[in-house]
Amino acid sequence: MTDLLEANELTRHYQVRSGRGPFAGKATLRAVDGVSLRIERGRTLGLVGESGCGKSTTGKLVLGLIEPTAGTVRYAGAGMPPINTAAWRTLRRHLQMVYQDPLGALDRRLPIGVQIMEPLAIHGTATPDERGERARTIMDAVGLQAHHFDRYPHELSGGQRQRVVLARALITEPDLLVCDEPISALDVSIQAQVVNLLLDLQDRLGVAYLFISHDLKVVRQVCHDVAVMYLGRIVEQGDAGHLFAEPAHPYTRALVSAIPVPVSKGSPRRERLLLSGDPPSPIDIPLGCAFHTRCPFSTAQCRAETPVLRPHGDGRLVACHRVDEPALRTAA
Amino acid sequence: MLVFAASRLLRAGLTILFVMTFAFVVLRLSGDPALLIMSVDAPPEAIKAFRHAWGLDQPIWDQYVSYIGHAMVGDFGKSMRDGRSAIQLVLERVPATLAITLPALALKLGIGIPAGIYAALHRNSFADRLTMAVSVAGFTMPSFVLALLLVLVFSVNLGWLPASGADSATNAILPIVTLGAAGAAIMARFTRSAMLEVLGQPYIRAASAKGVAWHRVILRHALPNAAIPTVTIIGFMIGSVVAGAVVVESVFAWPGIGRLLVSAVANRDLAVVQALLMVIAASMVMANFTVDMAYGWLDPRVRRTMVRS
Amino acid sequence: MIDPLVEIAGLTVDFEKDGHASRVVAGIDLAVAPGEALGIVGESGSGKSVTWLAALGLLPTQARVGGSVRIAGQELIGAPMRTLENVRGRRIAMIFQDPSSCLNPVHRIGWQLVEALKLHRGLDGNAANAEALRLLDQVGIADARRRLEDYPHQLSGGLNQRVMIAMALAGQPDLLIADEPTTALDATIQAQILALLGRIRRDTGMALVLISHDLGVVAENVDRVAVMYAGRLVEEALGQDLFEAPRHPYTQGLLAALPALTGPRRRLAAIPGTVPEPGKVPAGCAFAPRCPLAEPRCLHEPPPVQPVGFLHRATCHLQVEAGFSAWALPRAAE
Repeated sequence: MTDLLEANELTRHYQVRSGRGPFAGKATLRAVDGVSLRIERGRTLGLVGESGCGKSTTGKLVLGLIEPTAGTVRYAGAGMPPINTAAWRTLRRHLQMVYQDPLGALDRRLPIGVQIMEPLAIHGTATPDERGERARTIMDAVGLQAHHFDRYPHELSGGQRQRVVLARALITEPDLLVCDEPISALDVSIQAQVVNLLLDLQDRLGVAYLFISHDLKVVRQVCHDVAVMYLGRIVEQGDAGHLFAEPAHPYTRALVSAIPVPVSKGSPRRERLLLSGDPPSPIDIPLGCAFHTRCPFSTAQCRAETPVLRPHGDGRLVACHRVDEPALRTAA
Repeated sequence: MLVFAASRLLRAGLTILFVMTFAFVVLRLSGDPALLIMSVDAPPEAIKAFRHAWGLDQPIWDQYVSYIGHAMVGDFGKSMRDGRSAIQLVLERVPATLAITLPALALKLGIGIPAGIYAALHRNSFADRLTMAVSVAGFTMPSFVLALLLVLVFSVNLGWLPASGADSATNAILPIVTLGAAGAAIMARFTRSAMLEVLGQPYIRAASAKGVAWHRVILRHALPNAAIPTVTIIGFMIGSVVAGAVVVESVFAWPGIGRLLVSAVANRDLAVVQALLMVIAASMVMANFTVDMAYGWLDPRVRRTMVRS
Repeated sequence: MIDPLVEIAGLTVDFEKDGHASRVVAGIDLAVAPGEALGIVGESGSGKSVTWLAALGLLPTQARVGGSVRIAGQELIGAPMRTLENVRGRRIAMIFQDPSSCLNPVHRIGWQLVEALKLHRGLDGNAANAEALRLLDQVGIADARRRLEDYPHQLSGGLNQRVMIAMALAGQPDLLIADEPTTALDATIQAQILALLGRIRRDTGMALVLISHDLGVVAENVDRVAVMYAGRLVEEALGQDLFEAPRHPYTQGLLAALPALTGPRRRLAAIPGTVPEPGKVPAGCAFAPRCPLAEPRCLHEPPPVQPVGFLHRATCHLQVEAGFSAWALPRAAE
């Protein structure tokens, strides 16, 4: 199966001021620091991490919405054209994005039917008569009813608005949909609705997802593969189910142990790995392994040498010097 | 902090220079002073002599350089009407202006701020609506209309207060009230909205939840935060303490900076106008500078600190 | 049975807007025992936060509160401001969702801590500073002496929440209400804060009310759980019992909608529809329009509170059996 999208050593740095006033020192904010990933047709890759890890920036880099400082993005075998060129705009038909705040992503003054049809008008892919028809079809596919066509965003609920955003993103039949925290702002019961919908749409339309979220449970439900990010780098990557059941990288282990789940008496005891302190700022990434300041297993090598992603078991990639040591498995 | 102050001072100096240059250019473009001061049918030789005496026949650039050069050492030229030092004329009038603008400022702050706070604390009550209505009336009414109304009521009809001139302290009352009214109105409105904004913040509710008594929440938690945006307006008001009374001084024939400015512009008395503008710009700029410094003192987030992890 | 520390009876909260009153909390009966940890679970519009804000008198003036909330016998609803101010912080403390905006930005951390100490313990000067240091230490803040001089914007969200907890402890309260204390924080920091709360409870014997929309957060940190929906209490049970054998269709729906981190992947049960707006709650059972088991009487008659097990109550017309999930029905498939 050919890769739909391939990103290689994506890097994005920002030059910032480290203080205030006209004479403040310069510093570099390393938002994304060498990320490589592959998304296959019709499959879902999850990107997880806490705030400041660079997952949203990676999502935008993958779509070509921002230019990387270094590294390449290849879509369907061809390089990503520069932003706002005609070629780039044509490519938007195949690459779409869904955001966390559906109300902010919609125009308050236009009825949602018009907004759903808009991409077709922009790309000129359907005659004006067909547009209405296709809009209604896609609305049906996302679970909106025909009478919603003339409603305004503020007249709909949060879950309905997110469906509108999905409909608008999917009407051009894209190959890849980047979802950046698409359900965090919704209630639990509505989250389940949207999650089911995303899975159904993938079955029916064959669209691939890059699913960015801090919620590990949802990522596990929706994604085939998942990559864990920390301070701009991927620290572990692999099959979602296996990764969360048996995390290898200490950060992943800490993340998984931090997720509270309602467990029943019969379940096996979960590992408890509490990290101390706060994550460092992306302006001031520690040398060597970025995680060593909070890692319970760090050694001199971790402080000096940056680990690279290496295969660890079945299809898993882990960036850790000590991951193969069996003693670490039970230590906590 | 020192670097911050130095950079602000530099900016202030540049602003004053800009104002002086602007005044210089506009004044010379807008009409010939020689023709205005000497009447139109003066003999051409007299006009020529006048021009030469005041250096008006020199190229513009030379005039400018000469002017700035002299200004640096404190010589701002002479008045074309009576030959006295321009800056001397201006500074002589400042005390008279301050005699009405400073009490007016006290009025603006002393009435405006408490009214605004009260309105915010009793939002949507009758008192709040009344205060806001009066406030709108206060700042929409042009000052000369208010001045004339006050004169009508208190001088003409009631005979309590004199209508113009600067003979005694009672002459100052009407000008002060006129000046203070609009400012108090603006202050009330602004303070109210700043307070409302602050009262809606989570930390106010958290302070109440802590058990802090309501009056202390207002005084120690809300007010210090509401002061931050309010300081901008106060800074502006302090800045206009020197220049803000032009219309009022004219209506009440009060011998201050404002009246001098009006007559000097009418007469194209270049040096005096330029000196006036420089003094006004300097006071505005100093007020802004003080406000900038005050921000740093009032709002710790503005101070130059690095983000700690 | 020991006397409860806090007893809520028939609490109602109405918000007035343009002459209409909409009922946000519609009759809550709840009790918290001394030293107990109670979790309150609910989605948006459930009234879970408003209930406790009403108890402490922290709602704006447009809110009309009815019913009774007693702490060790003392009535709080309608009590004079002096009484409420004495209770707040000293007997009942509250921490909120976004710690960085709950601290006053223009005062140092030390100042804000000492304010609480002066108020509740009458400490001043050096004694207050020493106690402030001890409190910061108790909540696990390193380099406490420097932190006292810091401003809130200089600290991270996690640190600020620890400071909030320290301030709450300053009054040595009997009950701490934590309203979504970790929702705005990252997962690893969340785990730290929840562990801290647990440790403090064990050390001080303080009672805890933990409010969250996250079932997992509640499950791991409390003894008993109460589930709220549209301003009503729909189920109440010991933690284990609630999560193993929920008896109310809404609770069952919430659990069935939760994806599992491990184990086999299954299709999530999605409760259809949305939470009704406060003014538009149907007569009868508030959940009936979305309930797969709803019968005609559910739409018209308010459901009774029924005991369904040991310390386990459900507000439902039907007797849903343990182990039977309303969401396993074909009708429930989304």
